[in-house]
Amino acid sequence: MEFIRAFIVGGLICVIGQILIDLTKLTPARIMVIFVVAGVVLGILGIYPALVEWGGAGATVPIIGFGNVLAKGVIEDVEKRGLLGAFSGGVRAGSVGIAAAVFFGYIMALISKPKAKNKN
Amino acid sequence: MGTRLGKQTLRLDSHPVIQAWASIAGAKEGNGPLGRYFDEVIQDEYFGEKSFEKAESKLLRETLAKILMKGKVSAGDIQYIFAGDLLNQCIAASYGIRESEIPFFGLYGACSTMGEALILGSLMVEGGFAERTVCITSSHFCSAEKQFRFPLEFGNQRPPMSQWTVTGSGGVLVGNTGDGPKIVHVTTGKIVDMGVTDANDMGAAMAPAACDTITAHFTETGLAYDYYDIVITGDLGIHGKNICKQLLEENGILIQGILEDCGTMIYDTEAQKTYCGGSGCACSAIVLAGYLLDKLSKKELKRILLVCTGALHSPSSIQQGESIPAIAHAVGIEMIS
Repeated sequence: MEFIRAFIVGGLICVIGQILIDLTKLTPARIMVIFVVAGVVLGILGIYPALVEWGGAGATVPIIGFGNVLAKGVIEDVEKRGLLGAFSGGVRAGSVGIAAAVFFGYIMALISKPKAKNKN
Repeated sequence: MGTRLGKQTLRLDSHPVIQAWASIAGAKEGNGPLGRYFDEVIQDEYFGEKSFEKAESKLLRETLAKILMKGKVSAGDIQYIFAGDLLNQCIAASYGIRESEIPFFGLYGACSTMGEALILGSLMVEGGFAERTVCITSSHFCSAEKQFRFPLEFGNQRPPMSQWTVTGSGGVLVGNTGDGPKIVHVTTGKIVDMGVTDANDMGAAMAPAACDTITAHFTETGLAYDYYDIVITGDLGIHGKNICKQLLEENGILIQGILEDCGTMIYDTEAQKTYCGGSGCACSAIVLAGYLLDKLSKKELKRILLVCTGALHSPSSIQQGESIPAIAHAVGIEMIS
């Protein structure tokens, strides 16, 4: 049952992204930035954590989830360390994700060669 | 020596001859509707090289070799070579012809480079400054994506109005003797900018330039609208072609015969998922050097007007909020007995 909920949440987030690609002039990079910022805002408002409760990985995997993680980290660290926490919180909370992205990205760059898709 | 017919158009009275032509295309182009017209189709987009840029300069180098072979001449017989491409500093052209020792004019006209090269190359022959010139361009999907959008590794999603940059190189040998297709009229484009800012919809940016050049051509030559069997633009794509047709009708240029576009001819849009069609310098170059010149030499087409279109923006100018200036160069090629 949790798979279906994950699918619904993750799928709907992707649909929003697709609508933005198809119907607006926003570039994919801008859409990603909008998603991250939206995640931060929804995180602060407490809406996104509720979505994570319900939708699980469907909410944490898309990049909106990363915005939520950033927000959560900043709030926690500010409570602990004051103003310094505004700088440390986001990177600390996202540290595993960021390090994994750099590490696996590097490995993939070493072992793979770029090619055009849709070659036919 | 040629006759000036107007601000943009010249008539080349000595009728420079296209003596030889050659084209090499990528796999996608080879699988398209015109696949069998290209001299060679390469399956590997690296063409055996370590980078896409090296592959593109190799495409151009090999195409030049084929042109010389088919024209039965050597590099020493060529007085000038006009070449260009889409890469920064036009390195595909420079590195492609590096060893040839042919006096070289490097050109940048974006996707209109083939038209620009043809005009300049034929004018050199018309003016008696050269017995033979070579006009050649190239483009490559992977290197163009890196140049103008994102490297392939980024895994970018292509928006619906985008076009697919043609991988390939095409060129011709222009000379002052022979029975081949003849260059009769050339119309040099002027920059037209209608304020289009969407770099993913270049058809809309270039259509006004195509219309402007086609209008100038017919107005200054006084030719009838049905004079040509085909008026073919470079890479307006499906969307841009419709805009151009509309603009021409509004200008009163009612082209009988066929208004076509190399970008819509080179791929099977449905089957090959190329959205709005092909683009890039090689788009018009390989359609010319593969398909059109073949049809002309067999007299299945008698007169064509090739209108190569280019968008003269850069990634920086787009980021600075500038619109896209465009240009179109027209060359009238005829089989005259």
